[in-house]
Amino acid sequence: MSDSSSQPSSNKPPHAGVRFMEWLDARFPATETWEYHLSKYYAPKNHNFWYLMGWIATVVLVNQLLTGIWLTMSYVPDGVNAFASVEYIMRDVEYGWLLRYLHSTGASAFFVVVYLHMFRGMMYGSYQKPRELIWLIGMAIFVVLMAEGFFGYLLPWGNMSFWGAQVIVSLVGAIPVIGPDMMEWVRGDFLMSDITLNRFFALHVVALPLVLVMLVFVHFVALHHVGSNNPDGIEIKDHKDENGVPLDGLPFWPYTVTHDIHATVIFLFIFCAVVFFAPEMGGYFLEKPNFEVANPLKTPEHIAPVWYYTPFYAMLRAVTYPLLGVDAKFWGFVVMAGAIVVPALLPWLDRSPVKSIRYKGNWSKWMLGLFVVAFFILGYLGTVTPSTWATILSQVCTLIYFAYFVLMPWYTRIEKTKPVPDRVTSL
Amino acid sequence: MKADDARDTGATLLSSSAEDANSGALANQPPINQSRRYFLIGATSTVAAAGAVGVAVPFVGSWFPSAKARAAGAPIRVDISKLEPGAVLGPIPAWRGMPVFVVQRGEDVIKRLETQTENLADPDSARAEQQPDYAVNPWRSKRPEIGVLLGLCTHLGCSPKYYGSVQPESFDPEWQGGFFCPCHGSKFDLAGRVVKGVPAPSNLEVPPYRFEGNNIIVIGEDEATS
Repeated sequence: MSDSSSQPSSNKPPHAGVRFMEWLDARFPATETWEYHLSKYYAPKNHNFWYLMGWIATVVLVNQLLTGIWLTMSYVPDGVNAFASVEYIMRDVEYGWLLRYLHSTGASAFFVVVYLHMFRGMMYGSYQKPRELIWLIGMAIFVVLMAEGFFGYLLPWGNMSFWGAQVIVSLVGAIPVIGPDMMEWVRGDFLMSDITLNRFFALHVVALPLVLVMLVFVHFVALHHVGSNNPDGIEIKDHKDENGVPLDGLPFWPYTVTHDIHATVIFLFIFCAVVFFAPEMGGYFLEKPNFEVANPLKTPEHIAPVWYYTPFYAMLRAVTYPLLGVDAKFWGFVVMAGAIVVPALLPWLDRSPVKSIRYKGNWSKWMLGLFVVAFFILGYLGTVTPSTWATILSQVCTLIYFAYFVLMPWYTRIEKTKPVPDRVTSL
Repeated sequence: MKADDARDTGATLLSSSAEDANSGALANQPPINQSRRYFLIGATSTVAAAGAVGVAVPFVGSWFPSAKARAAGAPIRVDISKLEPGAVLGPIPAWRGMPVFVVQRGEDVIKRLETQTENLADPDSARAEQQPDYAVNPWRSKRPEIGVLLGLCTHLGCSPKYYGSVQPESFDPEWQGGFFCPCHGSKFDLAGRVVKGVPAPSNLEVPPYRFEGNNIIVIGEDEATS
């Protein structure tokens, strides 16, 4: 835009579009913003599959906002009518079934993508200096997302909604002294009720989406300030041409956008296949007891959270010993909360001179591998009925999960790292 | 006040040295009194913080149970005239909408409750908040044969199920009868006393209750509170 206006060649007045942009730019940083965030924002050219997840997460966020707004048009947040209004959406509202399945599948897709996105950060050391703040904002997004999913899960007012929420709210009751009163405060009643449903609706539909969108915005702002990391974990800004353009970077517009659109199409193929052919995903996305209306007198035979919470739920159940005179359930709560929050410390736990797993030593590779295996096993154990062997296995995996973080300052310092290349290598 | 001055942020206010403050446009003005600025900023912030706490009160307070929710917590009457030994009434929605079990226990069960205590975490009901004083006994009830228990697991609030018979169960081959919570596997005996080594930390709660005649139990109030 500034290029075209500076051409002195002709006496013709500039094109109307150019004049409009000049008018606009004098009043709003339109061109400046476009260039800063897109056409002159340089992404490393060795970005691979893992770097698609942030973009896809944004696509899913838009899907959730759009379908969510449409669902509120037919949903009734009321203990008597909520369950029926979901049935109404499924049967009578035009395309209601599609909107609901897009939303419920979107919730699971969100977590798939966000877990992959976080794993990418752990693998390539994206949390390291100077991206600590991006990581912290991302962790805040993760926590808000979990809360958002939790509040949303109560809304269909199925029996699993009811008892799942009852169990999680009861976690608050594990806090010594103030716990029981806080439980009543959160529910607004002595048991989960209509009152609880109404406030969870407000939080799910208004409060948390606002927070989420704002956090995502600052996540972008912080990212664009320092630039993306890449699989080699080196800074492309260290090698620039005479115009100040990183030699190993390509402008986000049009290059990154083009291949991200390609990836979005492939993602949507998979996503729509689930929406159309397996929206319940065998009870993992939409649980069977939830096709029954909430019954305060009958806990489902087997209670398990939706799959994306199960690793943390397994850790909650793994703690069976009281400590320091405080009940085991309080420590279970502490362990679960700790497991969710502990990745926020990664920027300060990782003492390695290199960022990427490609150049880290064997310790880091083994620990990350073990961590992933433990996370998957915990995810499975969180879905099964409690038994002795499951408890022992959960305890072992919980230890591995925390060992990855707690031992990190030690193993990242003693291990032998490989030399880091000067310029980015292949994918 | 000058426009520049008004636009100053807190950070520049605090960081400006006497030299900066006295240079340029402000050269003819009296020197800035930093300590007075600190005091004013501190005092204003404190008042603002107090105001914020005040504003938070209605928002936080609004989350406590409403008058409607509290009114719904009135005591209820339960007729036990048709209850047989070994049978259970419940879970029934009772006091404050919470599920309640009323269990009728036979002679053999009462004897077991008095003698089989070695596997229990709190056989003597030492945790005072889990029951009224009149339920601090081996059967945790006013009448040994009638047990009144809140059907909410003390672990995470699921509703335990009643398995009254002495027979091997999938969760315990040596089951002696009691309550089992399907959520996290907590076990309680027929007096609601928690078994050792399960996630639930304490015995099932006994709500306040009183008898009205022989066959009516009023749950939610007792002689002390009615």
